Amino acid sequence: MTTYEAIIGMEVHIELQTQSKMFCACPASFFGAAPNINTCPTCLALPGALPVINRQAVAYTALTGLALNCRIHRRNVFARKNYFYPDLPKGYQISQYELPLCTDGALDITVAGAGKTVGITRVHLEEDTGKLTHVSGGSLVDLNRAGVPLMEIVSEPDIRSAAEAYAYVSQLRQIVRYLGVSSGDMEKGAMRCEVNLSLKPVDSEVWGTKVEVKNLNSFRAVRNAITWEIARQTETLNAGGQVEQVTMGWDETRGRTVVQRSKEDAHDYRYFPEPDLPPLNLDPVRIDELADSLPELPAAKAARYRATWQLSAQDAALLTEHRDRAEYFEAAVAAGADTISARAAANWMTGEIFRRLNESGIAVADIKFPPADFARLIALVETGKINRQAGKDVLAGMWQFGAQPDAIVAAKGLKQISDSGAIEKIVTQVIAENPDPAAQFRAGKEKVIGFLVGQVMRHSRGKANPKLAEAALRRKLAS
Amino acid sequence: MTDSLFQLTIEQAQARLSRKEISAVELTESVLNRILAVDNQVKAFLSLQPEAALEAARRADDRRAAGDTAPLLGIPLAIKDSIITKGVPTTCGSKILENFVPPYNATVIKKLGRAGAIVLGKTNTDEFTMGSSTEHSAFFTTSNPWNLNCVPGGSSGGSAAAIAAHEALGALGTDTGGSIRQPAAFCGVVGLKPTYGRVSRYGLIAHGSSLDQCGPLAKSVADAALLLQTIAGHDPRDSTTLDRPVPAYFDDLKRSHGFKGLKIGIPREYFIEGLAPPVEKAMRAAIALAESHGAAPVEISLPHTQYGIPVYYLIATAEASSNLSRYDGVRYGLRAPGDDMWQTYFETRAAGFGPEVKRRIMLGAYALSAGYYDAYYLKAQKVRTLIRRDFEAAFRQVDVIFAPTTPDVAFAKGANLDDPLKMYLSDVFTVMANLAGIPGITVPAGFSAGLPIGLQILGPALGESAILQAAHAFEQAADRHPPIPPI
Ligand SMILES: [Zn+2]
Repeated sequence: MTTYEAIIGMEVHIELQTQSKMFCACPASFFGAAPNINTCPTCLALPGALPVINRQAVAYTALTGLALNCRIHRRNVFARKNYFYPDLPKGYQISQYELPLCTDGALDITVAGAGKTVGITRVHLEEDTGKLTHVSGGSLVDLNRAGVPLMEIVSEPDIRSAAEAYAYVSQLRQIVRYLGVSSGDMEKGAMRCEVNLSLKPVDSEVWGTKVEVKNLNSFRAVRNAITWEIARQTETLNAGGQVEQVTMGWDETRGRTVVQRSKEDAHDYRYFPEPDLPPLNLDPVRIDELADSLPELPAAKAARYRATWQLSAQDAALLTEHRDRAEYFEAAVAAGADTISARAAANWMTGEIFRRLNESGIAVADIKFPPADFARLIALVETGKINRQAGKDVLAGMWQFGAQPDAIVAAKGLKQISDSGAIEKIVTQVIAENPDPAAQFRAGKEKVIGFLVGQVMRHSRGKANPKLAEAALRRKLAS
Repeated sequence: MTDSLFQLTIEQAQARLSRKEISAVELTESVLNRILAVDNQVKAFLSLQPEAALEAARRADDRRAAGDTAPLLGIPLAIKDSIITKGVPTTCGSKILENFVPPYNATVIKKLGRAGAIVLGKTNTDEFTMGSSTEHSAFFTTSNPWNLNCVPGGSSGGSAAAIAAHEALGALGTDTGGSIRQPAAFCGVVGLKPTYGRVSRYGLIAHGSSLDQCGPLAKSVADAALLLQTIAGHDPRDSTTLDRPVPAYFDDLKRSHGFKGLKIGIPREYFIEGLAPPVEKAMRAAIALAESHGAAPVEISLPHTQYGIPVYYLIATAEASSNLSRYDGVRYGLRAPGDDMWQTYFETRAAGFGPEVKRRIMLGAYALSAGYYDAYYLKAQKVRTLIRRDFEAAFRQVDVIFAPTTPDVAFAKGANLDDPLKMYLSDVFTVMANLAGIPGITVPAGFSAGLPIGLQILGPALGESAILQAAHAFEQAADRHPPIPPI
């Protein structure tokens, strides 16, 4: 039995969230719209209608290319990819063939703590197709999606496992979300994956026959399809069989790949330069502007958090997962620069704030209080003005009403008692009311101190500074 | 005298309309009556809109009464059926679009509407503009008004015949390899193909996207200038239009110095064997006339001329094979249902397209297919660049080029129908302007056996003013009033 290694390349199609479609003025957002509402002569492919390039889509694609360390080409040529299908109104898709917008990039991914670089062959721009719904007696065509800008990212065959493919796709999604160029929502079809997979014996450099798997519309599907194909091909080879060069689809319900097209049925797309669109020349100044507008990307951000603020790798990764969360966190740290530590802010952010965001499902933009108020809350706790539990209560008030933390503290009378005279008085009372536990402590039962501190907190309605209370208790009981 | 108003040129009609000697309704009625009288013989129109035309004429008269002086206010025009007209059937001469009524207007139609023009109806064309005689129209063949047994040329044969027979004051056509100029020459009218990108293609039913241009057919050079001035200009809906100001072509004619000092290139490759002797004679006479009025003829060479026809038929068919993919029976037009989706595609396209269209789709798809692309399409594009350079070099030497529009006069119906290659060769002098993207105009330059001969004048890119002025000077020197064919 030979042991094989998988050689995997990925093609990821990502819908761009531009205002209008790729080649006409129709809205690019189609989710939930009545069928064929967002259409015009151009995207319906009426006779005589012509395409006009959406500059925003070009900028988004170049931005993505820059984020993936690609070369951005000044001269761009669109090409026609000819084939017939009812969801393709013109009978050809306007795409890029010989001269794509971006080439020769790389994406660093992390799998189980280990780093790896996946080469990016090209990033190009094309248009989406419409949608077919099969009903009894025929199919219904909805062209709302036809002509929506679609970016295709093609990787080098550098991926070796389902886990790496998963990491690659998640990091791509994170980047396009960071850039704000796509929702990256796989369940809404905004991101669709294809896998090219072949096997090679681990001790050989001879690659086997390549199989293409299309229609991978979830992270789970990417992982399961690769796992399935590796197993299927390994079994075939070890049984002395041959892997056929085919295009397969992923059957989600049966959890297996199924043959869609054999090599003999391969299309000849008859690509040629789109004569309706002159070559698109990108101004180098514009490319520079785009490069300057590139936000700090998640990997760089996480590295900075660890270096500057000594955050753990896990916290840094959590905080930088979404750009809006990271930016909120950074704004809070900046606002509380003199009063709070980044670590404290990270704890509050990944704990309380993330929990509340996840529970409520709201966006960071909809948090009712500004990062500065969040920093103020943390400062109140850090400096002992209120205790941690009170801090959580204050946050609840901020979350609900957007009120300022100091106002809530004042209104609820939550200010922590750190006045030693006041604490001493409560401590004396607690010892008097609990003679047995006090005696047990004096007899050496150290654990009882927790109970006594709890009693002090109860008497102070939670406002006593617990550290001061404990110190006072020890002092009194020792005397 | 309203019964002969149809004979007016646009310039003459405009003068009388603005002096309020005639109304747009009278003018339009006269033209409609002329159509009723002769179109059963000429068969220039695929469809007519008499009520809409009269309604538009009434609106034009109201606009004029309100002080409007739009340049084409109240002028009835014929529109080739390859141009999209909102609410008016647009078939492009094909069964596959037989009942297609577009929901939008071509940019040129919008511009004509703003200028006050009236659309009489849609004129016949070879199917999807693929042909040189209108014999490839899916509906019928138009007759040449000068000899009803002859073809009017094509593909804008309907528009050319309509002008020659005075069934419209002016017309629009489209020209991919000579489709305006060749029929204009065959019918003895003026036809102009503008520089590629001078006129918007938005709403022209695409044939060869890198070659197609829309242009005027008219009774006089001045009328052609006026029409071109109206339809030219940058269009944000057509990325291949040129963002350059549109000259006042019409007014510039009055300021022209005619032939004085004009350097006219005479390409030796165009005076070849196969050029009919009467046509060659007419060309020599035209050159002599220009020279006698102060022009300086210079012999030039356009060395890649011999590759024009093969290069043209590779590029035009390749682009057409893709452009015609949208006629699939899914969204509009003919649908011939089959047992399944693929069968429906096959049946629809088999029933909807005529033999010439199918021939060109197959030729073009072949030229683009894997393994042949480099040898055919790519090679053709490279030779096209050489052809363009031929002209650039020539226009460093001369102002305009004189050449025959066609190798011979109009041929008899049916004469070339069984020989596609012979039919293709009738485009030999016109395809070059489309390949090079330069403007060309044809003006009547005499007759042979009762059939008109056309003089073609080519200019450098965006040199419409130069060719219009040369054509105008020729028209004046020849002192020929628009003749009336014997129908
Ligand atoms: Zn649209």
